[in-house]
Amino acid sequence: MKATLIATGLLTLASVAMAEEKPVLSVYTYDSFASDWGPGPQIEQAFEAECGCDLQFVTAGDGAAVLARVRLEGARTDADIVLGLDTNLTASAAETGIFAPHGLVLDALDLPVAFSDETFVPFDWGYFAFVFDENTVSNPPKSFEELAASDLKIVIQDPRSSTPGLGLLLWIKSAYGPRATEIWEGLADNIVTVTKGWSEAYGMFLDGEADMVLSYTTSPAYHLIAENDDSKHAAAFTEGHYMQIEVAAKVAATDQPALADQFMAFILSDAFQAVIPETNWMYPARLPAAGLPKGFDTLAKPEKSLLYPAAEAAQVRDEALQEWLNALSR
Amino acid sequence: MAERAQPLIRLWPGVGAALLVAALTLGTLAAVALRAEGWAGLTGSDWAAVRFTLLQALLSAAISTALAVPVARALARRRFAGRAALITILGAPFILPVIVAVFGLLAVFGRNGLVSHLFETVGLPQIQIYGLHGVVLAHVFFNLPLATRLILQGWSSIPAERFRLAGSLGFTTGDVARVLERPMLKATVPGAFMVIFLICTTSFAVALALGGGPKATTVELAIYQAFRFEFDLASAALLGLLQFAICAVAAAVAMWVQVPEVGGAGLDRTVERWDARGIALRWLDAGLILSAALFLLVPLGMVALDGVRGLPRLPASVGSAAARSVVVALCAAGLTVVLSLALSFAIAAMRGTLAKRMLEGVGYLAISASPLVVGTGLFILIYPYVDPVSIALPITALVNALMSLPFALRILVPAVAQVDRQFGQLADSLSLLGWARIRHLYLPRLRGPVGFAAGLAAALSMGDLGVVALFADPQAATLPLQMYRLMAAYQTEAAAAAGLLLLALSLALFWLFDRGGRINADG
Amino acid sequence: MLTVDGLEIRQDDFRLTADFTVPTGAIVAVIGPSGAGKSTLLSVISGFFAPVAGQVLWDDRDITKAAPGERPLSIVFQDNNLFPHLTALQNVALGISPSLRLADADKGKVRTALDRVGLQGLEDRKPAALSGGQQSRVTLARVLVRGKPLILLDEPFAALGPALRVEMLDLVAELARAERATVLMVTHNPEDALRIADQTIVVADGVAAAPVPTKELFDNPPDHLRDYLG
Repeated sequence: MKATLIATGLLTLASVAMAEEKPVLSVYTYDSFASDWGPGPQIEQAFEAECGCDLQFVTAGDGAAVLARVRLEGARTDADIVLGLDTNLTASAAETGIFAPHGLVLDALDLPVAFSDETFVPFDWGYFAFVFDENTVSNPPKSFEELAASDLKIVIQDPRSSTPGLGLLLWIKSAYGPRATEIWEGLADNIVTVTKGWSEAYGMFLDGEADMVLSYTTSPAYHLIAENDDSKHAAAFTEGHYMQIEVAAKVAATDQPALADQFMAFILSDAFQAVIPETNWMYPARLPAAGLPKGFDTLAKPEKSLLYPAAEAAQVRDEALQEWLNALSR
Repeated sequence: MAERAQPLIRLWPGVGAALLVAALTLGTLAAVALRAEGWAGLTGSDWAAVRFTLLQALLSAAISTALAVPVARALARRRFAGRAALITILGAPFILPVIVAVFGLLAVFGRNGLVSHLFETVGLPQIQIYGLHGVVLAHVFFNLPLATRLILQGWSSIPAERFRLAGSLGFTTGDVARVLERPMLKATVPGAFMVIFLICTTSFAVALALGGGPKATTVELAIYQAFRFEFDLASAALLGLLQFAICAVAAAVAMWVQVPEVGGAGLDRTVERWDARGIALRWLDAGLILSAALFLLVPLGMVALDGVRGLPRLPASVGSAAARSVVVALCAAGLTVVLSLALSFAIAAMRGTLAKRMLEGVGYLAISASPLVVGTGLFILIYPYVDPVSIALPITALVNALMSLPFALRILVPAVAQVDRQFGQLADSLSLLGWARIRHLYLPRLRGPVGFAAGLAAALSMGDLGVVALFADPQAATLPLQMYRLMAAYQTEAAAAAGLLLLALSLALFWLFDRGGRINADG
Repeated sequence: MLTVDGLEIRQDDFRLTADFTVPTGAIVAVIGPSGAGKSTLLSVISGFFAPVAGQVLWDDRDITKAAPGERPLSIVFQDNNLFPHLTALQNVALGISPSLRLADADKGKVRTALDRVGLQGLEDRKPAALSGGQQSRVTLARVLVRGKPLILLDEPFAALGPALRVEMLDLVAELARAERATVLMVTHNPEDALRIADQTIVVADGVAAAPVPTKELFDNPPDHLRDYLG
């Protein structure tokens, strides 16, 4: 039985290989990017129209899982491009030596902070924020301290298993430094629960399990544009909002270096960037000519952007995690 | 016993199955360990995770079995219309995908759930589901049906004649409990406790969703952290080994404890009870059955209710994902049956008790294997030879079969032994050996248990997401994966509908196999 | 006195009627072809199976609706008369107190009963460690300690060898006469009936006939009994 199954698998593989004579560009990315509702399908179509190649997505759960997978595959990896790491991961990603410099000039970026990196090219970004429904929360908190003082219930993600969860950790650490533990202790009684990933947390929030959920300032845009629901908002915090910048990089050992370079350049083109806002629900790294879709103008705009440079993020991470564990384990 | 010229059954298929299981569990762990660079010991928080894992597993097992005893007793001594259907549907939580079940539980016990609203209207404070008790509540929800079924099996193993004798001697309910039921429970409850304890030691998603914070960190989450957050394969392998160690200790304890069989047959049988005719006892039993049914079925009802609302939004891609999942589930069920039968026959044919125990023990390894370690180890082993994505679905079926194997063995090993007790000598006298014995004796007599095992395996496979994350082919998602993708794309309602579809398909597969095994079964 | 008054028993398409009395202290055999309903008749008298019509009375008291354990009788089944996990002593003691809480006097009673059936010294054995005949003796000892006026025997000795069976029958007769108990004994063996039963009930063709003196019956059997005896 098992032998038959594996044989069938091998046959399928062989027939696919024979049918495809076009060169294949393998892009490793996180699962929701390549799903039917993510940017993947449109980007694949747009790039294939100009490259004469076959773009194939290979997915793992989220950015960290993608990186873990590439590390497991090591030098033999089939990946040509890895897309979907964020700046909290790039330091350890660069350390692996798997990635090659992109050779692009990154001067046309529309990011609220200065960004330069020889290996990683940003493709979108967003601010972490607490999202609420105006029907339940009439007077949203304006800072972590106000949130901690309120009796609002929040659901957050575990930094050990989720990218936004880690983002929140660094958000509080960058805003409060040595006071981070104190802030977490204050928040402890507001936290309903800590989930594995964004999906579970957001689902719980929509089901009314919490008043606010850790998500992005861009989340309300989904409800507004896709569901015509203007009741969801992100609370603007005076201490500023931590950013997530999502990046892509070329794999040094790629067997399609020319195609990979072409794709790296394509990332910052309108064809790629215009797809991002309404599929990934994030801000494009470079504003397309047509600008942002209607509705994005209503979103909360943080006055201050917080972000650890990649190297610093990697250093702060473990300490911040320990503080979090200690504060919430009491 | 005289030496046989020819072995009862050839041992190699069973030994082969055992080797495959060992490779998939211990082998994958070794693969992860070999890839690790630099070894460090376990940290304090790892030990905290071990403590929490043990605590919640002990509580979950204790409460599940404690509640299951009166429920099983009520079911054992009452006959009513729809009893068999109720017993089947009460099993649903056990085969439910975790995330679907968690949302169902939240809809009842959550802050915005039915119970909270009920309490609010009568002026009581809200119940707080998040924390250790929430984790335990969810585990009881998952495992109460299993415990009830195991213990109910114990009740139906008491011969009807004993109750008749008790009736003729004028036993009261208390007398029956003392003379008949307590010895049975002493033999049954520790085994049920052990099985549930083991299942709960590898809990991950439940603890994370309802745990309320990092206090509720289980070993499985620590493994996840080691992989994903630190890419520390050494820690992951150590923690995986620790999980096996916990289970090995539990298994050593279990050597003194007889694990009851998970039976499909016999549960429909009710015996006349002369001691439990009193009106108060009738009300008590009715109350117990009703409470258990409400506790288990209302969350399922909420899943259904939520799902129905989202049905119009269900995208077509969910249909093909569902079809794919059904195919995987069928393959997993087939594999489970082949593996568990091979093991059961070999166990029956072996002579030494220790050899029997060892072979059976290998079959149970999967219950303590970390899905994440198995998945990663398999990936490391396969990657140099085959593109993992190209064999994503066969691997999914194989691993799902592995995960159902302990339950299938629990069903089939005693069933094979029972057939041997009843007909072994007759078969021996007719020289019914080898394949002929399998074909003309075992398989016809084992239809019921095989159907039950296949149904359980198919349903468990339907709902499983765990292991395949590393292998997933974005073009060929399974239904649980597609459901997660809908959730990740803000499509909560469609995801709820996919959850309902998942629930319905799991139950349907289980029902079809279980039913198929029993229809036209002679004797 | 046992009175079976206008009893009608139905089970699927099986039907049996019975209407007779058995005087106190009589030992009565119940004989007839397999499937005629001998055991069913005992089930109804002992309360395990409800009749569709008619009454069962003991000394003119209606016991048709009483629970099995509340009826003034002890029943011995073909098998499964003992709990395998309890000792001989405990199995007998159940006849006095199902809770097994015994006063010293009760313990004495149990030992006396075991002595009377010839089991002294084997009190602490479990059924598996006793022979078939010894197991029957334990059961009879329990019948003794229960002291009920009516004893129903549903072929309890069928599995024993001829010599042992005769021995057990004599023991039953001896004990029943000593206790002045009434006995109803299902058997398919005329010798059993002739050996200890004053009277015999023939169950055949849907009717349980009134008891007639055993010797007369077998000297001059009616047609259906002749067919059965062959």
